Amino acid sequence: MRGQVSKRTIFAFIGPAVLGLALVGIAPLLYAAWTSLHFFNLTKLKNVEFIGLANYWTVLTDEVFWQAMGRTFFLLGTALPLQLVFGLGVALVLHKPGLTLLKTLARLSLVLPMATTYAVVGLLGQVMFNQKFGVINQLLGGADINWIGDPTNAFAMIIFWDVWQWTPFVALVLLAGLTMVPGEVEEAARLETKSWWTVLRYVQLPFLLPGLVAVLILRTADTLKLFDMVFTLTRGGPGAATEFISLMIQRVGFRGFDQGLASAQAIILLIITIILAQIYIRVFYKEV
Amino acid sequence: MNTPRSLASQIVLLLIIITICVFPFYWMVTTSLKTQIVALESPPVWIFEATLNNYREALFEDGVLRTLINSLVIAVSTTLLALLLGVPAAFALARFEFRGKKDLWFWFITNRMVSPIVLALPFFLIARNLGILDKHFTLVLIYLTFNLPIVIWIVTDQFRGIPYDLDEAARLEGASQFTIMRKICLPLAMPGVAVSAIFSFIFSWNEMMFGLILTRSEAKTAPAMAVSFMEGYNLPYGKIMATSTLIVIPVLIFALIASKQLVRGLTMGAVK
Repeated sequence: MRGQVSKRTIFAFIGPAVLGLALVGIAPLLYAAWTSLHFFNLTKLKNVEFIGLANYWTVLTDEVFWQAMGRTFFLLGTALPLQLVFGLGVALVLHKPGLTLLKTLARLSLVLPMATTYAVVGLLGQVMFNQKFGVINQLLGGADINWIGDPTNAFAMIIFWDVWQWTPFVALVLLAGLTMVPGEVEEAARLETKSWWTVLRYVQLPFLLPGLVAVLILRTADTLKLFDMVFTLTRGGPGAATEFISLMIQRVGFRGFDQGLASAQAIILLIITIILAQIYIRVFYKEV
Repeated sequence: MNTPRSLASQIVLLLIIITICVFPFYWMVTTSLKTQIVALESPPVWIFEATLNNYREALFEDGVLRTLINSLVIAVSTTLLALLLGVPAAFALARFEFRGKKDLWFWFITNRMVSPIVLALPFFLIARNLGILDKHFTLVLIYLTFNLPIVIWIVTDQFRGIPYDLDEAARLEGASQFTIMRKICLPLAMPGVAVSAIFSFIFSWNEMMFGLILTRSEAKTAPAMAVSFMEGYNLPYGKIMATSTLIVIPVLIFALIASKQLVRGLTMGAVK
């Protein structure tokens, strides 16, 4: 029988990977679960004490935690629609026939933002959005906007970079979907109607759905993870204006030294991530 | 179908797309060539006398060169380790039948969804207790959490595309599964292996948070180093942009090489 091999052979092939990932992916999680049940402060390591679910209670009733969570989802809720709209626009432009050379160039330049080191995007933001010598204010006709020091502007700046970095990704995913539409079907539809919207809605959309679901799942996960770019750009400030969930956990754990509390926050974040992933997969993959 | 007017608007749109994508890099590189005085000029200047001083100072006086070497060593090592563990696992997932195969595959892949900060807290404490903070191999290990899933996904996919007949012919000759993998399937899967290696390298090279938390000086990575320039008041912007350029250029080259597979790598095959 094809594929029937002894248990020993299977284990020899797959065991090392499972062991490796368990060691670095599961063991730390178990340790975090243990830490989260203790009073565990890096500056008072003599007083590590079992306190049951007290850390969880603190987190669940902590307004600041839920504000960081809300901020994270607000970023997703503003940046993702922009990425979808711009991404779809770029994909449609690239999907039109003709201009092969220029389109190849555009496609290659789309790769650049996605590959850029997140930390560098944040550093670039510091330079380009500086109030005095930043090129953004100059391009806005000599505006005098304090991007980094003002809470609302700082948030807008984060949205800008997230959209800059990930619109190309959405565009390339949707372009892949557009090229799956059978050529004759699309041509027939275009003979029927002049409206590009009708073609998009009734002919192309079914082919775009799997990509859209993937974008939704991955952008949600990535937004929950977002750290490097914001850390180098605003450090979560001014005040807590751009303190997203990962930055908050980092602050509590490494600047506030309260590893027990931070671990409880991390475990709750993990649970939320898993629930969201499950919901997405159940709701969307059924329809696709 | 293409009227001159629609053609012209298409050209303009494409040029806008290219400009928006490329402009930040242009600004990064030109800023890295400015002296501190020119870099702080308000409003910013577009034409100036270029100097490589920032690069010289960053590389040789501030130790960026060493952090780049650290990043290189760590990214290459973790990629090799991920291939060593991931390729056989991918072969098993593509070729063998066993119970729980789907769940196992799913578990490998979902590791990409977990927020690194969730792992960073306990990993820091464990590394501290074991006395392995600020060591290269500590980062190599933790980077497996995102490298191994990438390698397994891409290479499994590649192995599935290789016809079974080749395996069976080899088995009739008495070849072991290991020999079949190494001598027959692996050479044919090389393109996928190379792409997964490029991705693994890019993600490791770009990573900052673990680098920041798990290293101090000896194993400090380049992105963690770039951040440390951001402390204090009179920030050396030219030097920060020079360091950023040095970090970004190699990744961009690799990404352009693998650009055709980029979307598949990032979506982990959710879109085919």
